[in-house]
Amino acid sequence: MTDIAVTDEQEIDQSRRRFLTAATVATGAVGTVFAITPFIKSWNPSERARALGAPTEVDVTKIEPGQMVIATWRKQAIYIVHRTPEMVASLPKNDAQLKDPTSADSVQPVYATNEMRSVKPDYLVLIGICTHLGCLPKQHFERGDASLGADWPGGFFCPCHGSKFDMAGRVFAGSPASVNLSIPPYEFRGDTVVIGVDPQKGVA
Amino acid sequence: MRKLAIIMAALALGAPAAFAAEGGGAAAWQQWHAGNELGDRASLQRGARNFMNYCVGCHSLKYVRYQRVGEDLGIATDIMKANLVPSGAKITDYVLTAMPASLANASFGIVPPDLSLITRSKGSDYVYQFLKTFYLDPKATTGTNNLALPGTAMPHVLSDLQGLQRAVFGKDGRFEKFETDVAGQESAAEYDSFVRDTVNFLEYAGEPAKLHRATIGVWVVLYLLLFTAIAWLLKQEYWKDVH
Amino acid sequence: MATAEPATAKGGFRAWLNKRLPVDEFMESQLLGYFAPKNFNVWYFFGSLALLVFVIQIVTGIFLTMNYKPGELTAFDSVEYIMREVEWGWLIRYMHAIGASMFFIVVYLHMYRALLYGSYKAPRELLWLFGMCIYLALMAEAFFGYVLPWGNMSFWGAQVIVNLFGTIPGIGPGLVEWIRGDYGIADSTLNRFFALHVSALPLALLLLIALHLVALRQTGSNNPDGIEIKARLGANGKPLDGIPFHPYYTLKDVVGVGVFLIAFAIVVFFVPDFGGLFLEKPNFEPANPLSTPTHIAPVWYFTPFYAILRAVPDQRLGALLMGLAVIAFVFLPWLDRSPVKSTRYRGWIWKLALAVFTVSFLALMYLGLMPAEGRYVTLARIFTIAYFAFFVLMPFYTRIDPVKAVPERVTYHA
Repeated sequence: MTDIAVTDEQEIDQSRRRFLTAATVATGAVGTVFAITPFIKSWNPSERARALGAPTEVDVTKIEPGQMVIATWRKQAIYIVHRTPEMVASLPKNDAQLKDPTSADSVQPVYATNEMRSVKPDYLVLIGICTHLGCLPKQHFERGDASLGADWPGGFFCPCHGSKFDMAGRVFAGSPASVNLSIPPYEFRGDTVVIGVDPQKGVA
Repeated sequence: MRKLAIIMAALALGAPAAFAAEGGGAAAWQQWHAGNELGDRASLQRGARNFMNYCVGCHSLKYVRYQRVGEDLGIATDIMKANLVPSGAKITDYVLTAMPASLANASFGIVPPDLSLITRSKGSDYVYQFLKTFYLDPKATTGTNNLALPGTAMPHVLSDLQGLQRAVFGKDGRFEKFETDVAGQESAAEYDSFVRDTVNFLEYAGEPAKLHRATIGVWVVLYLLLFTAIAWLLKQEYWKDVH
Repeated sequence: MATAEPATAKGGFRAWLNKRLPVDEFMESQLLGYFAPKNFNVWYFFGSLALLVFVIQIVTGIFLTMNYKPGELTAFDSVEYIMREVEWGWLIRYMHAIGASMFFIVVYLHMYRALLYGSYKAPRELLWLFGMCIYLALMAEAFFGYVLPWGNMSFWGAQVIVNLFGTIPGIGPGLVEWIRGDYGIADSTLNRFFALHVSALPLALLLLIALHLVALRQTGSNNPDGIEIKARLGANGKPLDGIPFHPYYTLKDVVGVGVFLIAFAIVVFFVPDFGGLFLEKPNFEPANPLSTPTHIAPVWYFTPFYAILRAVPDQRLGALLMGLAVIAFVFLPWLDRSPVKSTRYRGWIWKLALAVFTVSFLALMYLGLMPAEGRYVTLARIFTIAYFAFFVLMPFYTRIDPVKAVPERVTYHA
């Protein structure tokens, strides 16, 4: 006979035991969830990662007409082209030779789904990654560029597999790429273009 | 037995006695407390402004991002960009100094230290004492010396605000008091709160998590008290079996 | 066993599982059928708490490793990155850093319990030795971990501790160079310490803890009366003074865990530096081989031994005595000749000796944090002598100690 009165069922309030056990387990489970949360959240992108993925700002007044600058946003090359009035005016003439002239199958924000594929006709903002296999298309803005033939209307040429795009990043028929160059979310704040910010939704 | 009592007393009194021996007089500058309050957001904002206006020319906060400062101290992004983020820097950048290390070395003989962790390695009181104990010293190359960091290479960059003070030393070489030589733009009280705000900001910069750490802690401890109480009741219930 | 029957009778998944994995058998032998003395007091919480801290250290350590970057150019920055830029990183880092101190608090109290109640005496010598191995591995683990943040105290702490090996006659200097892998504490040192800290020593600790527990289950726990409860069995073959570990001690330990976590949370959230004791101020400056902190002291849990090192005016003897001070505990089962285990039934001589040892250990702990000058050194010498006297004279004073009669049954008041 031990000193434990476990056989004496009368003395044991089983319902109290069940209630306290359930209360302890429930409280402990809630605490465990709270305790685990910081560890799970520590896997979220850190502030460094978020800072590196933050919107990129470029002052467009420093880009001469007909020139292009390359910025980076989330480790992607962003092309910003200051198009001349002639470049803008010539765009509709390309439509017949394009795979997707209205950009119906291509990726761009709604506010850049237009003839110029831009918020302001003068400025083209593109993700400079060929939609074929990811190389950087080169700028060949000269009409009748020596390497691309007399009827070349000016645009981008991808050296990897020969895809050709016009001055709105639209892909020409006969290129291996099937859709136009993508356009990132961006907005203008005065003379500054902010890449990575959607004017409607805020920071992308 | 008496010996043991003496030893015990020596142990108990050892620490404070040693302190008092170094300290000196009652109002000695070593006893000055910064008295800053991390919960005082306005003070933190003023401190951030002070740092960006007076310190960042030479000192960086290389672990602190402008954006985080804005978020933590409740400063709107536009105001941050307009007033606190230098032109050419992005709001997501770390707070770096514009001064190249080579120029700093040429001018001061050392590179001014990064201040991200100064309040953690030296304490807030030390920074407060340092900023308030510059005094005129013709032997120093910068024209001033400092009680908290004798022979410091740092010039008294806040002399416009504080003015310049002479230190009066006693015959035994011990510091006695300050006397104003040139009055500054700020009164003693204004300068004091200027320094306190700056120290407050630096304490925040030393450990940004400190702003909300204690608040979380209160909830954690309250939860644990509840859990322990329930577990104790359960344990008591079962231990009724044991006689 | 009684429980084996209902399990098979139930059939289904449980029976299927038990055929393949002895779940019920394990529960029966380790929890329900394992009888522990019913008179445990507060000193008996620290074993389970040590296990809890071990788990906390493993989990937080794994998550720190995800963002920590060993290397003399990256280590310090990566710790600040964790403290500032990783979501909740500060909490994980504080839990780990403070967990180290908590580990030693709990382990020191656990060891002191053994001193109070003679838990190291026969038949528990091996249990005690495994415990000592855990303690030594823990010291190494803590030391390597302390180097990782690569603050200036990390650097100089590593410098001083590694140089201790240089005092070994003959091979010393070569050994020091081999440990560092360079001509000073350097990148290679940091990286090998990192490897040992995150893999080798945790594995060793895990194995030693397992052995410690197996040995405990073999002999059964001691208790505050120092009475072997297995000597008096009831009709059911179980000790009369024993109660099943589960639910009685599992529930009691849960309460202990709650109280411990409250203390732990208070430090983590309100005073993580603990006045410079748990996180030392100079360690917030990056390692600088050209500048020794003005006042260099190890973390508090090493200071009793550090004080002994500094108290001895001879370099080699100091290092030797420091090592002996740690190792001395290993010999306790054979130094203690008392017929009685628990201090409750020992005489005034033992009580005095234990009191002197307690005061000496705490005093040395304090003195190790103070500068090595003047009266601090004198005091450290007095307490060093007292510390060793406790061990060296033990075979004599435990034999002449006027012990009391030990009762047959444990003392327990419901």
